[in-house]
Amino acid sequence: MDSFRIKPAGDSALLIEVGEEINPQTSRRVHALAARLAQNPLPGLGEAVPGYASLLLHFDPLIIPGDQIQQWVASILEERLDAQAPPPGRSLEIPTLYDGPDLASLAAAKHLAIDEVIRLHAGREYLVYLVGFTPGFAYLGEMDERIAAPRLATPRKSVPAGSVGIAGRQTGVYPIESPGGWQLIGRTNLVFFNPLADPPCLLAPGDRVTFRPVEHLP
Amino acid sequence: MSLQVLVSKGLLTVQDIGRRGWERFGVPVGGAMDGFALRAANRLTGNPPEAAGLEAALGEVQLLAGQDLLLAAAGRGWQLRVEGRPLPLWMAAVARRGELIQLLPEDTPGWCCLAFSGGIQTPLILGSRSTCLAGGFGGLEGRALRPGDHLPVGSHAPLHALMLKAGVSLPLAARPAYADDLLLHLIPGPQADHFTAAAWQTLLTSSYRLTPACSRMGYRLAGPRLEHCSAADILSEGTPPGSVQVPGDGQPVILMADRQATGGYAKIGVVSTADLPLLAQCPPGAGSVRFAVTTPAQAAKRWREMLAGLEKQ
Repeated sequence: MDSFRIKPAGDSALLIEVGEEINPQTSRRVHALAARLAQNPLPGLGEAVPGYASLLLHFDPLIIPGDQIQQWVASILEERLDAQAPPPGRSLEIPTLYDGPDLASLAAAKHLAIDEVIRLHAGREYLVYLVGFTPGFAYLGEMDERIAAPRLATPRKSVPAGSVGIAGRQTGVYPIESPGGWQLIGRTNLVFFNPLADPPCLLAPGDRVTFRPVEHLP
Repeated sequence: MSLQVLVSKGLLTVQDIGRRGWERFGVPVGGAMDGFALRAANRLTGNPPEAAGLEAALGEVQLLAGQDLLLAAAGRGWQLRVEGRPLPLWMAAVARRGELIQLLPEDTPGWCCLAFSGGIQTPLILGSRSTCLAGGFGGLEGRALRPGDHLPVGSHAPLHALMLKAGVSLPLAARPAYADDLLLHLIPGPQADHFTAAAWQTLLTSSYRLTPACSRMGYRLAGPRLEHCSAADILSEGTPPGSVQVPGDGQPVILMADRQATGGYAKIGVVSTADLPLLAQCPPGAGSVRFAVTTPAQAAKRWREMLAGLEKQ
């Protein structure tokens, strides 16, 4: 457990660093810790927000001093969190029509047939590492290196909701219309963010996702 | 309906003190840019701190009172008028049914919070009434207000009860010390060690100008470059309010109310909560800031004292 580091992040948050790399093991520890902290929350404790390799823990310093939170977190980190399984995430299949505006250029740049790009993208299960950027935008990883792609040099001013994009070895679905620099390879009609629903997002950190190629969206 | 928008020439939105508890789903906290001004206006109108009010920026606002209302405006660089009568900010006042409420921007208007007794009663979405412009929800239909909009207000107290509370104001000493040149108290980290000793010296001895690129999401500064000694890009992690992100160009960006819930730039430090209302009201394109190091405990103490001032009216 010696790799955990607790740092102040302002007067009303602590950052708990869990690792230094993007990998499923680190992510499991982040989500296990988030679940553990939520079990017996202290008064004044706010939300725990997962990053790739960290957890940002909000608190109200007018209710509980930061050093008290820090001691409490330190005592929890002494438990053998590695031995605790994180809560099992849900599994979701995303019907995807692979007709994105960047699909052909990506295939050409990678010297792959379009069908091969689709096969590689849809050929594995992805982990939701974190949700950020816009409400409901899940960062999914990791993609096959053979289709890893840089962000667009000039981001699009508007990407439609449901667009399936890739950037580096990450992939994801734009939940709402927003600006965006990821290369777009397809689209889905699942609704990833609905502020009136509980929970508001289809995906949460720790969930697992596969893309299923379809000829027409249902 | 109890309040009608007649004119809105700038950015007018419904805001409360923010939408907490959904950042792990990427939902921004949002809320009033000057959270202290909103708390003060709520206090003056007898509302709890979390009640929703209106936030005006940039341009004139005209509202028609559809019922007798107790109201208070707070902020920087604005004038309040009811039926043409100038009224001070930071004071409770009455607008009778059918009267015109005006917010007029001065030369360099900041953010003006306008609270009404009973609060703006648009629906709670994810626990808050704040307008999330990026997500298109909250407030009224997730958008800025425009002429013709009607807003429900909670209070239906009789006029004589409202009149009893009118005229009460927040003492001068309890109001924020708004200024164009600010000293911001900074808690180092979480990536304090991504910066050279020279960068730290530069940060603590230089003045940084607020560029015109300031929005509800973040305030972009310009000044002497801050050198990284390790990567400017980090693995994306949660972003506390007031984060001082420094991208590869070495120019700081301070994250404000509508910041994204996670971010991938190194944070040299985080501005203390008590300073964020002052920063929000520092004029983009003209204001400047300097930085001094503080501790989380000292920062919390200042915020506690600032809020305690609200009890002294």
